[in-house]
Amino acid sequence: MAAAVVRGCGGLWRRARQCGAGGPVPHGQRAVASSATGGAVSAGKSGLAPWVPVVGLEIHAQISSNSKLFSGSQVQFAAPPNSLVSFFDASLPGTLPVLNRRCVEAAVMTGLALNCSINKKSLFDRKHYFYADLPAGYQITQQRVPIAVNGSLSYSLCTGKKMSQMVTKTVRIKQIQLEQDSGKSLHDDTRSQTLVDLNRAGVGLMEVVMEPDMCCGEEAAAAVRELQLILQTLGSSQAVMAEGQLRVDANVSVHHPGEPYGVRTEVKNINSIRFLAKAVDYEIQRQIEELENGGTILNETRAFDSKLGFMPEPNLPPLIVYDAKSLPANMNHQQVVNIDWIHERLPDLPSVKREKLVEQYGILPEHSFTLLNEEGLTEFYENVVKQTQMKPKKVIGWILNDLLSYLKQHSLTVKESPVSSFLLADLLNLLEKKDISSTAAKQVLAELWKGEGKTPLEIVKEKKLELIQDQKELEQICQAVIDGQENEVMAVKAGNQKVLNKLIGLVQRETQGRSNPVLVKQLLEKKLSE
Amino acid sequence: MLGRWLRSVSGAARACVRAPPARALQVPPRPAWQPGEQRPPPQQKVMLEVLDHLEHLALVDFRDSEGVERLQKAIQFADQLQEVNTDGVEPMDTVLEDRCLYLREDDVTEGNCTKELLKNAREKVEEYFVAPPGNIPLPKLEERDTFLQGS
Repeated sequence: MAAAVVRGCGGLWRRARQCGAGGPVPHGQRAVASSATGGAVSAGKSGLAPWVPVVGLEIHAQISSNSKLFSGSQVQFAAPPNSLVSFFDASLPGTLPVLNRRCVEAAVMTGLALNCSINKKSLFDRKHYFYADLPAGYQITQQRVPIAVNGSLSYSLCTGKKMSQMVTKTVRIKQIQLEQDSGKSLHDDTRSQTLVDLNRAGVGLMEVVMEPDMCCGEEAAAAVRELQLILQTLGSSQAVMAEGQLRVDANVSVHHPGEPYGVRTEVKNINSIRFLAKAVDYEIQRQIEELENGGTILNETRAFDSKLGFMPEPNLPPLIVYDAKSLPANMNHQQVVNIDWIHERLPDLPSVKREKLVEQYGILPEHSFTLLNEEGLTEFYENVVKQTQMKPKKVIGWILNDLLSYLKQHSLTVKESPVSSFLLADLLNLLEKKDISSTAAKQVLAELWKGEGKTPLEIVKEKKLELIQDQKELEQICQAVIDGQENEVMAVKAGNQKVLNKLIGLVQRETQGRSNPVLVKQLLEKKLSE
Repeated sequence: MLGRWLRSVSGAARACVRAPPARALQVPPRPAWQPGEQRPPPQQKVMLEVLDHLEHLALVDFRDSEGVERLQKAIQFADQLQEVNTDGVEPMDTVLEDRCLYLREDDVTEGNCTKELLKNAREKVEEYFVAPPGNIPLPKLEERDTFLQGS
């Protein structure tokens, strides 16, 4: 793929083709120059105008708090049905909402991390609709004036031939609003009834609205992944998609460049990042096929979004948050959310952490992405670096190529690794001291993986993997190889360096990987020049 | 425990509420004008699609042309509000707008009353509330035979 030209999507949009690096590219075609909106465009079937897909996201993140947004019920996953429900959550008459300060702080933190303007005065509204898991008949939300607006999120994609080039993209954040979660319905079609559990009803949510700046599933997935990392770093949400703490709705449409946006459809109920990418790409393809066959795109779910059904929440005054300047002198601390105070205490965001890793250890940006992407891996890496003389630039190879691939193969998390950072550092030290070769080191790692409690040194001794230190012994072996390879020797003497590598390889084989290739090369060269 | 909580709430609330300013009575003792004097209210027919949309949203049934007429009159009555000059006046959402929004500590203080809550339920299945199936949407306008049945 013409990676240099690609600014938007990394691939072509044609019928039955997938976007992004790794998808098949028809021979002779290249990504065409970006359209006005920045998304890469492609040819439809022979001669038809190209399509520009447009993807926007509405993300609901459950706030990480002890109690709910407007009541003192506990927030907990998988509790007995209707055990975490107060009278207010059940919408019994006479109950009133009382706002949880922690939820406001979470929203302000998230807004600041996403470069938003925090609205010092925001309002609550009621959004009315009928559903069994919404006992009040309305959801308290912040439609008109939400707590944060006009932010941005930067994320990166791997593109290029070997997925080694990183491209940074930005998506605008329209707003972040506080709102209530609904309960859960279990549909029992056989008995024609719905079972309702209100444990989740009233849990605080931050709805993050991303403008339609993305153009394919890969971009949407990367943006959501970065948001997930940010939320987890802040602690404002644990954002575990599998537990419903992060829910994504994608709005997808396609249009021809220069024409107005097409009808958009909503893709809902996405419960993993991988599925998000697939579902979005599938919908884009579906729309393109439908339109190219002369059909139209139907939007069925937008009835909800009509301007009807909203009213201001009469039981809640405006939410006021302060900064150092606007804070009145005598206010009770407990009643104050101070934007500046929160800003000062923001932790390093993932992008900053990555920069620091690259700067401190001299690793590549792609490496820093992988480190942060895997829970606990950065810590593991830094622990190994601390305990070994091997340069961090070399250590990263062992972490990403060897350790991580073992973990993935066995579906283990870093925490569950049978090889601790201490053991790995020990092993790398042996390698660094040139007591063993790197091939031997890999063998030792495979042994360590069994988790039998042996140290690297013990394994080396057991399997006789030490490098031959005896120069004479090595010289003898080199001589034996030279004697046995007349043709190759003549080729090297004639100036063919590549054949020398073959000789080195033969020595390695003779010594069962226990020879230092650098030393072997020196010895061979010396002998061959005699 | 409850008493202490009540006292701390009202203490915080007292810290929040400003004393009402001493001003002259703003409301005149006799009406200064009648609506409809300025100009006749505009007659707007309620469109069929809007009616259908309203029936879907609010699950009401306007039933017949008399019901629609009553809706029409209600809208006209409310439209009188348009005659009030609101230039330079900020809309009010709630009479609480001058009050401080009380912020609660993030403590678990409620819940754990499954039995009590389910007492009100006509039907229950293993501590779940039982509701009719899904949301059966009203069929589309063309397919409905109950729309404006009476007319």
